[in-house]
Amino acid sequence: MITLSNIKKTYNKGAVQALNDISFSVEKGELFGLIGPDGAGKTSLFRILTTLLLPDAGQASVDGYDVIKDYRHIRNRVGYMPGRFSLYQDLTVEENLNFFATVFDTTIKENYDLIKDIYQQIEPFKDRRAGKLSGGMKQKLALSCALIHKPSVLFLDEPTTGVDVVSRKEFWAMLKKLKQEGITILVSTPYMDEANLCDRIALVQKGDILSIDKPAAIVSSFPGELYAVRAAGTHRLLQDVRNYQGTSTCFAFGDALHVTFKNAGSQPLLEYLHTKGHADATIEKIQPTIEDCFIHLLK
Amino acid sequence: MPSSATPPVITTDKLTKRFGHFVAASELTFQVAKGEIFGFLGANGAGKTTAMRMLCGLLKPSSGKATIAGFDVYTQTEKIKRRIGYMSQKFSLYDNLTVSENIRFYGGIYGMNTAAIRTKTAELLEELQLEKEAKTLVSDLPLGWKQKLAFSVSIVHNPDIVFLDEPTGGVDPVTRRQFWDLIYHAADRGVTIFVTTHYMDEAEYCNRVSIMVDGVIAALDSPTRLKQQFGLDNMEDVFYELARNAKRKAD
Repeated sequence: MITLSNIKKTYNKGAVQALNDISFSVEKGELFGLIGPDGAGKTSLFRILTTLLLPDAGQASVDGYDVIKDYRHIRNRVGYMPGRFSLYQDLTVEENLNFFATVFDTTIKENYDLIKDIYQQIEPFKDRRAGKLSGGMKQKLALSCALIHKPSVLFLDEPTTGVDVVSRKEFWAMLKKLKQEGITILVSTPYMDEANLCDRIALVQKGDILSIDKPAAIVSSFPGELYAVRAAGTHRLLQDVRNYQGTSTCFAFGDALHVTFKNAGSQPLLEYLHTKGHADATIEKIQPTIEDCFIHLLK
Repeated sequence: MPSSATPPVITTDKLTKRFGHFVAASELTFQVAKGEIFGFLGANGAGKTTAMRMLCGLLKPSSGKATIAGFDVYTQTEKIKRRIGYMSQKFSLYDNLTVSENIRFYGGIYGMNTAAIRTKTAELLEELQLEKEAKTLVSDLPLGWKQKLAFSVSIVHNPDIVFLDEPTGGVDPVTRRQFWDLIYHAADRGVTIFVTTHYMDEAEYCNRVSIMVDGVIAALDSPTRLKQQFGLDNMEDVFYELARNAKRKAD
């Protein structure tokens, strides 16, 4: 459904390398996640695939059409929700939706079924100007507008950034439903925990793909053993575990530290921590998360 | 670690802000100790920004009491502003000033003299390992460096409290943790940290966390006790449990 081969993009006459030789493909009906921080190249990739930006080199196609030669065809069949809210702030909710429907030569009525679940949540506010909506409602309107022409591929650039946990959960539930409608979805996010909700993901950083696979496969490719260490006073614990000579890596993860050791086995870390005054320290072997894998791959 | 021997740095008593009939923040009552890392969480539209603006002396409360670093939020707002630092992801540094110019600018704003600014600049550049970038425009720095610099600049005048409004958005997981090292470091030196975030793992790094829902503080305790209280494994679930029935969704 989406293919990229050897896509390169630089800015400022080559000074900034946004995408370095990126190749991958997304299957029809797949929910594919681009996971990475700002500056990873996610937005450049979206803009190339939606025909808004020309790559310096390489080929890409969407739904069988070339992003350069067949850009008109692509524009008719993709829905794009850019990272920055880009609806018309001075138009009402309903006017915005109508506008996008009209541009694509359709009507709200014709594709209402597709957006119903999402749009109904904001329909009580259909006479409100888009600029006056809350973050969560703007997000729902933007998704409705991106869907109103029944696209075959949906591009969502950081739809959940800056949105609270509750709205994020709701949003991913909506994506799951759209996937069931057979729509191919490429979504980017800086939240590593959202990776598990995708069929496949690419971990991206500074224009490179660090890893690309199913979330479970990425997790199982984590080398070595990972341990969670807990004790009261996380910050002091962090310093003490880092100073321990057998520690290879140590990062804070919520209420625990995720630790890898230079040699196999959990070693006598606990004894060491006891001598450091962490009488309550515990250690257990754990499954890595996507974030653990990302941190490992960053090295 | 927060100390109970010294008086609290933030105290509020039924602090309330109304906009017409709308009660944006309702009877907020809490205290924050010196050197505490206090997480201020809430759904979009719960009233966090309104509360923070009152605490910073930028918005006059409708009723209730609050003191910040011992100063009253109604009558001593200028004194408050000298004793606090503020950093948000959206606005912090001037892109078209260099690293050292930004430090100088904020030092000046906060009323430091030239000699103090000079000493502090050298100190900060060393601490952040940015000596070589002193004359680099901030716009040319990677995002992670900008955030670390923005944080350091927000505490350049040794404030009693620093308010961090979603400080870690958009950076990679390693940089995000390095940022928290800076936060811990500042807290160890006695700076009180008041931080909002949408990353629930970061809520776990706080000494105590408050969760606002529909204008009121729905829960306030250490992450460990909150998890026990709700019988849940992590702060994300605690937050979801409290916020999922929120009626307000306006920002």
